[in-house]
This record gives sequence, C-alpha cells and structure tokens, in this order.
Amino acid sequence: MSQSNEIILKVNDLKMYFPVTRGLLRKKVAEIKAVDGVSFELKKGETLGLVGESGCGKTTVGRCVSRLYQPTGGEIIFEGEDIAALPEKDLKRIRRKVSLIFQDPYSSLDPRQSAGSIVGEPLIVHKITKDKIDYHRRVETLFQLVGLDPALMNRYPHEFSGGQRQRIGIARSLASNPSLIICDEPVSALDVSIQAQIINLLLDLKEAGETELTYIFIAHDLSVVKHISDRVAVMYLGRIVELTTPQELYENPLHPYTQALLSAVPVPDPEIEEKRERIILEGEVPSPLNPPSGCALHQRCPIAKPECREVIPPLSDRGGGHLVACIRA
Amino acid sequence: MERLLEVKDLKTYFNTDDGLLKAVDGVSFYVDEQEIIGVVGESGCGKTVTQLSVMQLIARPGKIVGGEVIFEGRDILKYKPHGEEMRAIRGGKIAMIFQEPMTSLNPVLTLNQQLSESLMLHLKMNKEDARKRAIELLRLVGIPSPEARIDDYPHQFSGGMRQRVMIAMGLSCNPKILIADEPTTALDVTTQAQLLELMTEMVERFRSSLIIVTHNLGVVARYAKRIYIMYAGKIVEEGTCKEIFKHPRHPYTIGLLNSVPRLDTVGKRLVPIEGLPPNLTNMPDYCAFLPRCPYKTEKCRTSPMPDLRDVPGEGHRVRCYVDIAEVDNVTVK
Ligand SMILES: Nc1ncnc2c1ncn2[C@@H]1O[C@H](COP(=O)(O)OP(=O)(O)OP(=O)(O)O)[C@@H](O)[C@H]1O
Ligand SMILES: Nc1ncnc2c1ncn2[C@@H]1O[C@H](COP(=O)(O)OP(=O)(O)OP(=O)(O)O)[C@@H](O)[C@H]1O
Ligand code: SF4
Ligand code: SF4
Ligand SMILES: [Mg+2]
Ligand SMILES: [Mg+2]
Repeated sequence: MSQSNEIILKVNDLKMYFPVTRGLLRKKVAEIKAVDGVSFELKKGETLGLVGESGCGKTTVGRCVSRLYQPTGGEIIFEGEDIAALPEKDLKRIRRKVSLIFQDPYSSLDPRQSAGSIVGEPLIVHKITKDKIDYHRRVETLFQLVGLDPALMNRYPHEFSGGQRQRIGIARSLASNPSLIICDEPVSALDVSIQAQIINLLLDLKEAGETELTYIFIAHDLSVVKHISDRVAVMYLGRIVELTTPQELYENPLHPYTQALLSAVPVPDPEIEEKRERIILEGEVPSPLNPPSGCALHQRCPIAKPECREVIPPLSDRGGGHLVACIRA
Repeated sequence: MERLLEVKDLKTYFNTDDGLLKAVDGVSFYVDEQEIIGVVGESGCGKTVTQLSVMQLIARPGKIVGGEVIFEGRDILKYKPHGEEMRAIRGGKIAMIFQEPMTSLNPVLTLNQQLSESLMLHLKMNKEDARKRAIELLRLVGIPSPEARIDDYPHQFSGGMRQRVMIAMGLSCNPKILIADEPTTALDVTTQAQLLELMTEMVERFRSSLIIVTHNLGVVARYAKRIYIMYAGKIVEEGTCKEIFKHPRHPYTIGLLNSVPRLDTVGKRLVPIEGLPPNLTNMPDYCAFLPRCPYKTEKCRTSPMPDLRDVPGEGHRVRCYVDIAEVDNVTVK
C-alpha cells in the first residue's frame, strides 16, 4: 500500500462529552464521556482501523474528525489546520475533503432521490463540475469506479441490493475528491458473501483514485479491520488502549483487553480453534456515564493491581511504534 | 448417542404477491442427544423458517407443506400447532432463543413473571418454587444479584444482559434441545463469545443438545461437532466440522471460506462470491448456485437441481454435480 510520511491528520487529546439533561429547562444533570482523551496520527495514504465493543466511542471519533460533531475538547489537525473549533460557516471546505461512508446502506440513502443524483449531489454542493455534460461524465465515472452500471443511474435506492446500495454510498463519498474517508462499519450490514466485494473495492480505490486516499476504518469485526488496515487502534470506553500494526497486534498483543478481544474472535478452522486459548472478561462494559476511576478496565482485568484504580495509564511506546495504555503490560 | 431429533424432507412455503416462495425446500437434518450442531448460511436462505417449522410456529402466508419432524420417536408435525402436545414441546422440551431479545421478552412483564410462567406451565411448579428456580437460573447465566433484579422489566437491562435472560428462559424447563437462532449477530465479539461460551457450558450441564443457527462459519468451527450449510432453502453441504473445513466440496462453502478475512492470515486478497443471493420465488429447476458458481459445467445447466450425494469423509454429503477435488486441488487459504 502506498504511503508517504506526510501527516494528514493529527488528533490530540480529543474529548466528546454529551450532556444528559432533565426537565423543561434541560438542565444538565450528567455527562456521557463518549470520547475521553483520544490521540493518534495518520499518514497520507494510510488506513487506520478503529475497533472495540459497542459503545466504546468509535463512531463518535469519526463524527468529530469529520466535524459532524463539535468536540468538547482537543485538537484535530487536518492538513496542517486545527479544525476542532472551526465555526459552521468554515466547515464546507472541510466536508469536501473529509467524507463518510455509513454502516446502514438501507437508511443512509434518501429514498426519493435517484441513485445518480445521490452520487452527484456533492458535485453540485461543492460546485465541482462546470456544466451538465461535465456533471454527467463525472457521475458516470463514479458509477464505473465502484463497479455499478451507469445505466442504473435513474433507479431509486429500493431497486438496489444491499451491496449495490453500499456502492452508491461509496461513490457519493468519492464525488468531492476527498483526501480522507471515514468508513463507519461499511460492511457490517451486508451479507457475508457480499462483504468481500466491498472490502476489495475499498482497497482498490486507494490505488485507483486521482488523489491518494486515507481511510479511518471503523468496525467491531477485528478480522475485517486487521485485513484492511495498516495500523489498528483498539478502543475501550472512550480511550485508545493499544495501537500498532495488525501483524504486531495479532502476534504480540500487550493490553489485557486486546488479548481478550483477539481470543474472542473465532477462526474458521476447527483444528486451530481447539488449540486456541480463550480469555473471557467477566462482567460488562461499564457505562460512560459513570466510568470507573483509573484504568477503565480494572474491574474486569485479570491482572489488575490496586494501583490500577488510581492512575489512568498513558498510551506509551513499547518500541517500534507499538503503543499501549497499561501499567502492567 | 441416541438420535433425538430427525427432520426429514421438510418443506415450508410462503404464498407471496410475487408467487410461491419456497423458503425451506426439502431440508433434512438430525441432532443426537447432547450434540452441538451448526446451521450456516446467509440472510434469507431459510435458517429461521426451518427452526420455526420444527416448533410449528409458522403463520400465514406460510405453510408447512411436507416432511416429518421426528422427536423422541414421534412425528410432531402430526400434532396440532396449538394443541396440548405441541404446547408441551414448545418452550418445554424444545426451546428457542431468538435473534432479537426485545421481540421475544415481553416488555410489560417482569423477569419473574416471564420465567415463572413457563416453569408453572411446563414443570407444574407453584409460585414460590418457580420464583426460587428463576433466581437460581438468573444466577447461573451470570446476572449479578438476581434476587434484586428479578422484579425488573426487560428494558432495565442492557442488550447483553437481555441475551442472558433469554438463555435463562430457554433453559428454564430443562429442554432436550436448545435452538439458538443467531443469538449474537447484534452483539459485538466479546459479548458474543461470552454468550456462546455460556450456552455451550449450560447445555453440557443440562445434558441438552444445541442447534446454533448463524451466518458466521467461525462460530461453528469453535463449537459445533457437525454442520449443515444452507443455500436458497436447501442444505447444500453437510458433514463433521473437521471435514467441512478441511475438505469443503460445495462451491458455495468454498466461496464462503475464501471470502471472509481471517484473523490468523495476512494480506491475502479476498475472493468474493460474485453476484447476489437468489430471490426465492420463481427459482429455476437447475442448481440454485449456478449463476454465481465458478465451477459450473454444461451438465449443471441442462440437469435438474442435484441431490445430496455421499462423498469421502464421515457423513460428508454435497449437493453438486462436479467433483471439485478432481477439478482442481481445492485450496482454502
Ligand atoms: N448524540 C449522542 N448523544 C448522547 N450520547 C451519545 C450520542 N452519540 C453517542 N452517544 C453515546 O456515546 C457512547 C459512544 O457511542 P458511539 O456511537 O461512538 O459508540 P460506537 O463505538 O460507535 O458503538 P457501536 O459499535 O455500537 O456503533 C455510547 O455510550 C453512546 O450511547
Ligand atoms: N412471513 C413471511 N412472509 C413471506 N416470506 C417470508 C416470511 N418469513 C420468511 N420469509 C422468506 O423466507 C425466506 C427464508 O427466511 P428466513 O427468515 O428463514 O431466513 P434466514 O436464513 O433466517 O435469514 P437471516 O440470516 O436474515 O435471519 C426469506 O426469503 C424470507 O424472505
Ligand atoms: S492498567 Fe491495570 S487494570 Fe488496566 S489493563 Fe493494565 S493491568 Fe489491567
Ligand atoms: S451443480 Fe454445478 S452449478 Fe451447482 S454448485 Fe455444483 S458445479 Fe456449481
Ligand atoms: Mg458506531
Ligand atoms: Mg434468521
């Protein structure tokens, strides 16, 4: 995979707290710390995978980076500019460069718009094409790029299969020529036999595009994330607990949570399965409304020590860019 | 091991606006006592309808149009769907855990009300004993402080907790067979692993059999002894878990294995199954996989749907004309 050394995105101590309000006056009574101090860097052309259990904050990170949300705190330095606090009126030019692919190919497309106009909309919003002919040519190219027959341009979303709808969503996300695409569970809602088509398409697009594409790939399926990513960040309760290459993560997971997560993923081979050790974490993921003190895993961690309750372990480098947040790893 | 359940040539069709939909079209399978089997296939291939038919839970426009379901030596399809005998089996001897727990837990009843009801009905317990037993069951499935939580309503529990409650409910009457219908797709892997581990532990303890219905081949590799692969309303391959993963012989099974990324391999390009799953109305009479099959021959096009036939390997059967082991040295990565 092509990759430069140029940093396209640098996220620093990102925080996103959602207020919990009560009463007519919507008085704030509590806060959901959905993302609580996330930092990472992304090189141009790289794919960063984000994994973790439901509710750990993956989508929220993606939505902050694409500035669908205004983060509570932290920096989001995109192509050299901190966009974390940019006002709404300046966001249009960011939205042109950062696009999103959503999980659900059924509800994320406007049912009243034809496939062609869904894909072409960003071209008009961002005034990218000069005239009608140019617009049509561009939409046609986008259809071809994602493996859809341009003859289907006038059809409506309900006339397409799940996989085809996801292709429409991808074509749309490519329309404005973005440099960063946030893929939020792009294959989770698809049939197993169709998932590979979309994964291959996303990989091919990186090579094919006019500009070098960078991805943030969000999924809870670790096998998929490992397959597509250059580096993987494992999240737990609003924080990154481990970040490294997929190979290193698989062969040498250091954080107890990562070890449990890996051992939970089944491998389609009964002989390998027989020999694999399973680490099952007891109890449930704590609530971000009332997160535990210190290391958020301490109530479930098999190797926790008393001091784990006191300190929030920082994400630190254990050599070769393998980052871990655990005082015992 | 005794044969506990044997389904023979089961057919369940739906009368839809687009025509007759053959959701289950001649499915046969069996489960032995204390055995774990897997039924695998993608969305819409008929997995759920098959299991619902076993329980006679098919409503209009659906109809079980043929076949036998032999349970403990008797064809239970002969029983009236709402009769005494069928009610004793459903939730008693055969219990099913459904895909979406919120639709099968009653939102207006407390856990005690729901659990006790079936204990009183099936095991003829009195109210007090039923409550005690319900608390014990909740403890078994890992609900913390069950005495305090038993009078709570389903919405007061998280998704994972509700799944545990469903498992407790499924097991409440000591069923001979527990059918787990994709109990886990809505959940993430760690919760999924916890629950599957719990279920397998529980069926062992209760000496029950377990049918795992899923689209995740990996899940069955870990737990099932034998597996059935379903495509378009039919079993297309069956055999022991080891056989099927080591020597897959149906093009669809091979396709499934090559199209999912694996945790333990790197960077290999995935080989997708081309095309789309078929629409089950107006199916052609030739092999249903033909439009997507990379191994198809002229014979496949001109012959009717192939039958399941024996191939080398214990209990290994496949619904395909081509001997794939001879066509190429099948390599599953
Ligand atoms: N708009 C919102 N308002 C209030 N709380 C929110 C909002 N969006 C997310 N949350 C909460 O923030 C936490 C993180 O949610 P998020 O959707 O980012 O998780 P996720 O990792 O994407 O989970 P999933 O795998 O289920 O998609 C959750 O506890 C969620 O309930
Ligand atoms: N009530 C119904 N009316 C009409 N068709 C139905 C009905 N219930 C199921 N079907 C059809 O029967 C076929 C088999 O459905 P079934 O629910 O068994 O699939 P499945 O294999 O369980 O899929 P999934 O993995 O999505 O749960 C599908 O094509 C479905 O559309
Ligand atoms: S810091 Fe402590 S509780 Fe947290 S993961 Fe490490 S050992 Fe476990
Ligand atoms: S019978 Fe022919 S078309 Fe059908 S799966 Fe076998 S090779 Fe493919
Ligand atoms: Mg999400
Ligand atoms: Mg189903």
